[in-house]
Formats: sequence, structure tokens, C-alpha cells
Amino acid sequence: MTEAATAQKPSSTGAPVVEMRGISIEFPGVKALQDVDFRLLPGEVHALMGENGAGKSTLIKALTGVYTIDSGQIRVGGAPVSFARPAEAQAAGVSTVYQEVNLCANLTVAENILLGREPRKAGAIDGRAMRARAREVLTSIGLHIDPASTLSTHPIAVQQLVAIARAVAVDASVLILDEPTSSLDADEVAELFRIMRTLRDKGTAILFVSHFLDQVYEISDRMTVLRNGKLVGEYLTAELSRLDLISAMIGRELGEMDALARMTASHEADSSRVPTLRARGLGRVGSIEPMDLDVHAGEVVGLAGLLGSGRTELVRLLFGADRPERGTIEVDGKPVSIRNPRNAIAAGIAFASEDRKGEGLIADLSIRDNLVLAMQASRGWARPVPRRLKDELIEKYIELLDIRPANPDALIRNLSGGNQQKVILARWLVTQPKLLILDEPTRGIDIGAKAQIMKLVATLAAEGMAVIFISAELEEVLRISDRVVVLRDRQKIAELEGRSASVNDVMSLIASHSDGSTLERNAS
Amino acid sequence: MSTSTPLGKLRTNGLLWPIVALVALLVVNVIARPSFASITLRDGHLYGSLIDILRNGAPTLLVALGMTLVIATRGIDLSVGATAAIVGAITTTYIVAAPDPASARAAFIGMAIALVACALLGVWNGFLVSVLGIQPIIATLVLMVAGRGIAMLITDGQIITVNNEAFSVVGAGFVLLPVSILISIAVFIGLVIITRRTALGMLIESVGINPEASRLAGIRSRTIVWMVYVFAALCAGVAGLMITSNVNSVNPNSVGLWIELDAILAVVIGGTSLAGGRFSLAGTLLGALVIQTLTTTVYNLGIEPQAILVFKAAVVLAVCLMQAPKFRARFVRRPKPPTPAIRPTAPAPVPSKVGQ
Amino acid sequence: MMSANVTTPTPATTSDPVAPVRKPATKGSLVPPRLLPVLATFVLFVLMFGTGAARYENFGTAQTVANLLIDNSFLIVLAVGMTFVILTGGIDLSVGSVVALSTMVAAWGLQAGLPAPLIVLLVLATGTVFGLLQGLIIQRFDIQPFIVTLAGMFLARGLAFLISAESISIKDETFRGMSGGAVTLPGDIVITYGVVIALTVLAIAAYVLHRTRFGRTVYAVGGNEHSAMLMGLNTARVKVGVYTISGFCASLAGLLFSFYMLSGNALHAVGMELDAIAAVVIGGTLLAGGAGYVVGSLLGVLVLGTIQTLINFDGTLSSWWTKIFIGALLLAFIVLQRAALRRRQ
Repeated sequence: MTEAATAQKPSSTGAPVVEMRGISIEFPGVKALQDVDFRLLPGEVHALMGENGAGKSTLIKALTGVYTIDSGQIRVGGAPVSFARPAEAQAAGVSTVYQEVNLCANLTVAENILLGREPRKAGAIDGRAMRARAREVLTSIGLHIDPASTLSTHPIAVQQLVAIARAVAVDASVLILDEPTSSLDADEVAELFRIMRTLRDKGTAILFVSHFLDQVYEISDRMTVLRNGKLVGEYLTAELSRLDLISAMIGRELGEMDALARMTASHEADSSRVPTLRARGLGRVGSIEPMDLDVHAGEVVGLAGLLGSGRTELVRLLFGADRPERGTIEVDGKPVSIRNPRNAIAAGIAFASEDRKGEGLIADLSIRDNLVLAMQASRGWARPVPRRLKDELIEKYIELLDIRPANPDALIRNLSGGNQQKVILARWLVTQPKLLILDEPTRGIDIGAKAQIMKLVATLAAEGMAVIFISAELEEVLRISDRVVVLRDRQKIAELEGRSASVNDVMSLIASHSDGSTLERNAS
Repeated sequence: MSTSTPLGKLRTNGLLWPIVALVALLVVNVIARPSFASITLRDGHLYGSLIDILRNGAPTLLVALGMTLVIATRGIDLSVGATAAIVGAITTTYIVAAPDPASARAAFIGMAIALVACALLGVWNGFLVSVLGIQPIIATLVLMVAGRGIAMLITDGQIITVNNEAFSVVGAGFVLLPVSILISIAVFIGLVIITRRTALGMLIESVGINPEASRLAGIRSRTIVWMVYVFAALCAGVAGLMITSNVNSVNPNSVGLWIELDAILAVVIGGTSLAGGRFSLAGTLLGALVIQTLTTTVYNLGIEPQAILVFKAAVVLAVCLMQAPKFRARFVRRPKPPTPAIRPTAPAPVPSKVGQ
Repeated sequence: MMSANVTTPTPATTSDPVAPVRKPATKGSLVPPRLLPVLATFVLFVLMFGTGAARYENFGTAQTVANLLIDNSFLIVLAVGMTFVILTGGIDLSVGSVVALSTMVAAWGLQAGLPAPLIVLLVLATGTVFGLLQGLIIQRFDIQPFIVTLAGMFLARGLAFLISAESISIKDETFRGMSGGAVTLPGDIVITYGVVIALTVLAIAAYVLHRTRFGRTVYAVGGNEHSAMLMGLNTARVKVGVYTISGFCASLAGLLFSFYMLSGNALHAVGMELDAIAAVVIGGTLLAGGAGYVVGSLLGVLVLGTIQTLINFDGTLSSWWTKIFIGALLLAFIVLQRAALRRRQ
């Protein structure tokens, strides 16, 4: 499969109902979309594919008027448009159902479907007509619930279908479904797909985003793949193999690879010893299925899997960021009870979250404060880290990690992403953890910083630290890991030797049909 | 303006405008009444308008110091005025009922009991906020409403007058300077040392800036939040002692009335954002002085004293507008671009949520 | 319950606006859960009133209920306005001061010899514009409602003081007529025009909240502002609107208060915003927004009024118990709300 695959000719007839050309959007410090083309034909289900940060959500929000584009052109039904608000997009026939149900749970089902274009009588909302119309719409998509009931009394899956009912109620020509299936079980997904097919056959253009490959292959006619804010290509679903799709989504970026030597930790992990971390049957309903995991001292264990496969959910349980509902954790052979991050830190576990901004940085504090934060937290407020020790640590890590600017008093918010990430790493290294968990430590940072971080991880493992490494970039995971745990659908499906495994091995594991896996999920 | 000059430094740490406001007010006063600036020494006490400002501003300053820490954790404490009233009520009631109501011993025991009770009120507020997770405005509203009733209950609805020299010292005594301002300044200095020499200040700011990241870094947010409410209550309690001691009586309906609003105002003028995070104790000190000087100025200029409320409203609004990113984006020229440009049409809710 | 027949007039006058919501009761339970808080307040009111009727002579009469309405007509109007604001998740601290300002404007204007109808319009316009400005600042610049309305609170009271620091008594015939005038209902129950106005405002508010898009958007904003925006609802207009309504209600309450007191005074209604907030919360409206009914706020006012009346009737309980009881009730309702929210998550 060639990296820059040429766009396939569409088989569908008719002019595109949505046409986006040369779309670019830049947020402070991030080029979210660069010169992306996208089109949507009537009567098709079009899947928008890409890993985290690929730009899927941004593209959707550009189309629906939540974001304004910096350059490019959007045409809906052939006419150029620039929606300033979601209401305008809706008026033009573009309806959106977001991943997190964007309805008002405190209102009734009927109101959620029709509010904004409710039937009236003598100026007032005609409650009876509204409920009747809502019932009609619900029936048309095969959902039989009381329109007068409060939305919050229904399970999330039903709420999701109500959101679709809202979109259907306007006779939208374009229906956007942004990860609508992430909280649905197999039966509910089947129901959703039945509704989608009905709408498609009536000529609605459906844009579908999901990270479940099986679903994408089941429902979609065509796909557009994005990566890092750029267009990779447009393909007919029937002509694109899973392997090719995954490699298009993950990308190889061979040029960048060559710049880095293969850096698998040289230290041979001795698996006969007691593992640094031993987790057994660790799980949480709706998060991950119970699974086992061992990590030895001096070993880098990579977690591979697509977004939503459970890789982040697993490590959050290990660190107590979410409270595990079942299972046991042992550190150095001693059972520990981890109910919150403090327990984990006390047990020698450190965790750098994938959400650097939301869960890592204390944006308005200096490099110095951010760097000693975890150490200070475990000492308590009354025992400040002595000035001299603090200065030593800061000097050491600024130099070791090449943090720039080298001014400890600079506010961390003003640093580049890579340097912010280094400060977070340093925050955990000063606590001298036994196990270091890195969730997407290289996301959104430049190639130089990436190489530095990879090298650091290898060095730490060589010095005897146990490391769990997560990255959306498979090459990266394989390059650094002694062992790779492959996750799919919130379950562990395989463990591979890092050195002997190839990207293709992992991809075919991820791509393999998850026959029966959803059934298992329901059963447990 | 460079940040290396003293002026630039003041500008970056947000103290420039409160200082300008304070100086401007003082200048206006001196022009209006040149004797304003004079300070005389009589019987070993300093007298003068400036000293009066310090003395009258002492309770507000104290309450504002406690409020600063509460606000830094993204909270607010509306109950400080009621707390001050309760403390005044307990102390005076105890002293009056003591076997030796004029003795220093009665005064000390009374104040000690009152402050213990006051700490319990802080524990109560902290419990509602940090354990039950109730919004701070609402949680402290309970005590704000009920507190004065409790104070009246203690004094049996009476205005209690005490005659106790030891007690009078707190609010009306002098050791060259008024004792009340000495107490407030001592608390200020102590607080600066505790927050900046230990890690307390940094941890408070951390919790206020990013609660989730703080939790993941292992900070005991609950303990810290709880602590600041207790501290705020204690500050309010001592302020209540000053106010009642100054007039040697307690009227549960009026002691510390609206002092919470003055305190919040002082904190905001001092440059601490109501959204929580970084706080400036020096700013709060200045803010409290600005408010008290503003009040004095109105009297001094012969303006109707009630107009003070209008001035305060104007100051609150001006300060809040200057702090509001949306207002700045529209009306204020940005100095330099360390803060990335805000796209005027960017959807406000989405990015702002990401940032929190 | 012996007081049951006594209290029937109250729900009869106010159940209408709730009717369209009550009909679709979820099967299996007698009352839809969203009505539970209001029902709890109603039961509380009945219990308290029943206690009073059982313990004191002359308490358990319909006229006592009428007197509750008469003595609190302004608070009802204030609480109705506050309900709009709190339903969106906001708060309005300025209303007590706006009441004072309104009494002052009215008294001052009448003293200056302006005709009463013009005064009424002037007062209502002042309050409405005041609320509108607060709403615009809150919405346009995204500043917390708490601090903006705090400034409004200072400003309105300061302006009232600027008009006059002294109390001005009202001698105008129209105002005195409104004050003394009464409507006699069947059963020799006497209510004032103020009560009629307050209940009319309540009915209109219930209609607006339940039968208009504006009203439903108020609930949507309180439930999830971001979602409401994505649903294409005009959230900006609603956010400004609720503060305007609250300002209007505060000035109307100010008029009722000047009928009641027959004077303008900058020291009127100090802390009345707290009573209004307490009434709304005790009436079952969620402080986080999105759930509650104006009828609940009426019941909240009645509960507050009953506490006051009970303490007056008792004679041995001192007046400060009122505040302590209100604080305790507030606490109970807040903790219950919190528990309900936690369970929902």
C-alpha cells in the first residue's frame, strides 16, 4: 500500500451535498487542520477515520459552524456557506449528533427532539401537538418511548437515539454522527445501523465517525482518512483492506524513523524475578474488561491498540485516577490497595496523562513549581522541599532533559508542548518511581523533543525502572518496548515480544475481526 | 515596559493599579485638606487621618486575607460577616456573665472560647465544600443566613455592652500604632511567611488552577480546601473581636455587616482572580487600604457618605471588566503576545472548557 | 390533617401552570420525580401550618393564609424573578437593593408631584433597564453573575441613598388606595391588590416558562448550556433575558413594597435578596439550574412566612429563630439536592 494513496473515484451518483476545499484551522500553537478536502455525497454513509488529534472533530465542527475556518471554502448543496453558529448549519440541513449526548437531560424527550421548531398554537407551545409529532419521529426510527418522559430517565443509549431523532425531525440532508456508538451495546448498534440505512436509502448523506473498525466496515460506503490534521486520502470501503486502513491512519513517517536509532532497552528484563507490577483481574464496568498485566524492573511494556481500545482506561486504573472495581495489584510482590492517585504514588507508581493540559500542567505556575509538585505533594505542605535540593533537582533535570527556556521561573503555560511534556516527566522522575506510566508522551510535540523523550525512556529502563508506554504510533511503541500488549475493544487480545514483532503483526491483530467479542462483553 | 525595572515588575505582578489608585486617593485627600497627611504623637500614640485609615481598615484587611486563600482555591466565603457577629456575641456574653467581668482573665477566656467556636464554624463550611462538594457560594450562604440569628440567640437579642480594659485593647488599644492594625499586619506577615516559606501557597494555587491535575499529582486537595475555610473563619473571628472591642459593645445585627463584600472587593482589587489560582497577599493588603481610603475620602470631601456604595460598585465593575478575557479581547490593546491571540469568532465555550 | 381544607385555596390558584407537566406522569410511580421537591415543600408547608393551627387559636383560618400572601406579596414577585435566574444556573444579588431603589424613586417622584401612573412606569423601566444592563455584562463579557450583581447591589443602594438618605413618606392618593384597597373573596377572606398582582405575575411566569420557547430555553440553558447552544437555541438572548426579567420583578416588588410601607427608604429591603434566594431553594429549584417551578418558589415564600407567623404567634420564641430556621431549611434542601445529584451521576 502506498503512503499517499490517490483518491478513488466515487461510485455514487449525484453532485456532492457537502464540499469542503482547502480547509485550514489553527488554534494557538496547533495546526488542527491543514488544507483538507472533504466531500459527502447524497445517499452514502461516509466514514471519517483517524487517530486522536487527526482532526476529525475539528473538521466536523468547521462544517457545523462551531469553529470558523481560517482558509478554504465550504459548500452545502452547491452554495458557498459560512455558518457562524450551529443553528445556522441546522437551518441549512446539516444536523449533528455528538459523541457525548448533546441534549438537555432535564427536559422531556419531545422537547429535546423539537425544541427550536416546536409546534405552536396561538403563540404558545402546543404540548399535545409536540408530543404527537415527537412520537411520529420516534416511531419512524423504531424507538418506542414516552415523548413526555424526562430524557435523564432513559439510558445513555436511548438518549443517543433521541439525539438522532432530533436530527431526523428536521429532514436533514446531511446527518453527522460523531462516535455515536461508543456507549452502545451490540443490539443497540444494530438498531442504530438499521436507522442509518433507512435514512441513507432516503437519500440522506451520513457522515459517520467511529473507532470500531468492524462497525465502520459494516456500515460505511466510503472513507476519508485524516492524520495529524492532514488529508491522507479518500477510499471506497470495499476496496480498502483493514491493514491498509490502519496503516493510513497510523502512518509510518519513515523519514522521521530513520532519524532515530532503534532504541529498545538494552537491559534484559529477567522475567523469573518478582515483577515490579503485577495486576490480576483489574477491571471496571464500562471502562475495561478484567485483565492481567505484569511489568518487570528494567522492562518497557508497550500498550498498542486504537483509540478507545482501553489502553488509557487500563493505566488510569493502575494509577487510581479511576477507582478499580475489581482485581488486585501487587508492587514488588506486595499487595497494595490503590483507590486514588496518592495510594499509587506512595506505592512508587507515576503517571503522565495523555491530556497534558487538562490533567498534567498547572498552567499558571512556574517550571520550578510544576517540577517539584508531585514530590511536594507527597511530603505535605508543612515540609517544603529544601531550597538547595529544589535548585539541584531543577538544574539537573533542565540539563538532563534539555528543557527550554532554562529559566526555572518561566510559567509553564508559555513553553512549547515538548518542553511542557519534559517538565511533567521530570515531575515524576524526581519522585523516583518504580513504575513509570507514560500515556502518549510524544503526542503533539516536535520531532526533536520526541527523540529526546524516547531516548530518556530507554535510559530509564536500562537503569532498572519499569515503564508502561502508550502511543498511537505503533512504530514508536515497537521501537521502545521489550514487550507489547495489544488491546482491542477494551480487552487484551495478545502479548508480543517487542523486538521480534513487526508493525504488520500488531496491525493484523488489531484489524482481525472481533467475532463474538461484543457478545462476550455483554455476557460479562 | 520591561519587566526588569521596578515599575515593570509591579506591572507584571498586578500591583501597579492598586498602588496607583491608593496614591491617587491620598493625593486627592491632601489637596482637599492638607492636614490629612499630618500625623501627631500624643501620649505615645500616633494620631491622624492616615492612622485612622489603618485602624478602621484593620478588620476588613484581616477578613480579606482569609478570603484571599479561599478565593485562590476557586471558593468564596459569604459567612464571614455572620461569623464575626457570632464571635463578638460569644466574647461579650462571656465577659458580662463572668464572675469578674472587668478582669483580663475574663477577656482572654471569652476570646479563646469564641475563637474555638469560630474555628468550628470554619470546619462546618469546609465540610460542606470539600466533603459534600456543595458550591462554595451556596454552602456558605447557609451560615450567612443563619449566623446572625445564632448571634442574636447568644446575646438573647440584646445589644451587650462590656467594660473590660483588656478586651478594649484589641480594637481600641495603642502601642504607638493601633493594636488592631498591628494584629492585622502581624497576620499578614505570618501568612506571607507560611504560604511562601512552606509549600502551602503553591499547593493552594495548584488546586485552584487545575484541580484534576493536582489530584493526579497526589495533592491532598480536600485537606487544603478545608484548611482555608477554617483559616478564613478565624480571620473573621478576630475581625469580629476588633469591631466589638472598638465600640465595647456588640450588636449582632450590625457587627461585620457586608464585611464579606468589602473583603471580596479588596481581594479582587488586589489582583487575585475570582476564578481561583494565583493569589497576591500584598495585593489584598493594598486592596483593603484602597477601600478604606475610598471611604475616608468620601467623608473627607464632604460627599454624602452613602455615595460610597456607588464608588464601590464602579470599582468592582471596572476591575472585573479589566480581568475578563472577553472584555480585554475587545477593548484593551494586548501588550505582547505571550498569551496567544484569541480568535474573535472562536466559539467561547469549547476552548474555555478545554483550558479548565 | 385538619388543615387540609384550609390550604386548598393555595394549590387551586396555582396548579394550573403545572398541569401540562403533571399529566404525563411516569407509569408506576404516583408523582413524577421532577415534582417531588415541590411536593416536599408543599407537605412541609401543610405540616407547619397544621402545627400552627393545632397549637394556636385563630391560626387555622383561611385569612391567615391570605395574610401570609399579603405580607409577602413583594417577596413572591421577587422570588419569581429569581427563579428565572436560578433556573439558568445564575444568581441575582441585586434585587433587594433594586427594591429599595424603586421605593425611593417612587416616593421621590410623588413628592416632586409627578402623576402616579408615570411613576409606576418610571420605576418599572428603571428596574428593567438595570437588569438588562447586568445581563448584558454577564453574557457579553462572560463575568460571573455573582460579582456583576454584587456590583449592582452596591450601585442600586448607593443610588437610592443619593436620592435621599432620609425616609420619604408617600402621601399620594393612588398609592394609598393601592395600599388600603382590598378584594373580598367568598368566605370573607380579604386580600390586597398586591396579592392579586403577585399571583398574576406568578401565573404569567408559569405560562412563559412552560409554554414558550423562551421559557423552555431557560430550562435548557440551566440543564446544559453548551448542549442548548449546539441544539441551535438562542442561549445569549435567554441569559440576558432572565436578568432583565429579574430586574423587572424587583422593581415591581419595589412598587408593591412601597404600597405596603407607604414610604421610600434606601434602607428598605436590606438582605431581601437572601430571602428570595432562600424561598427559591426551599421551593425545590436546583441551584445548579435546570429544574424547578415558580409554584415551588411561592410555596417557599409561604414556608418562610409561616415560620415568621408561627414565631409571632408563639410569643416565647424570639424573632431570631426565624433566621436560624431558614438557615436550617436551606441546609436541608441543599444537602438533599446534592444527594439527588450524586445519585443521578
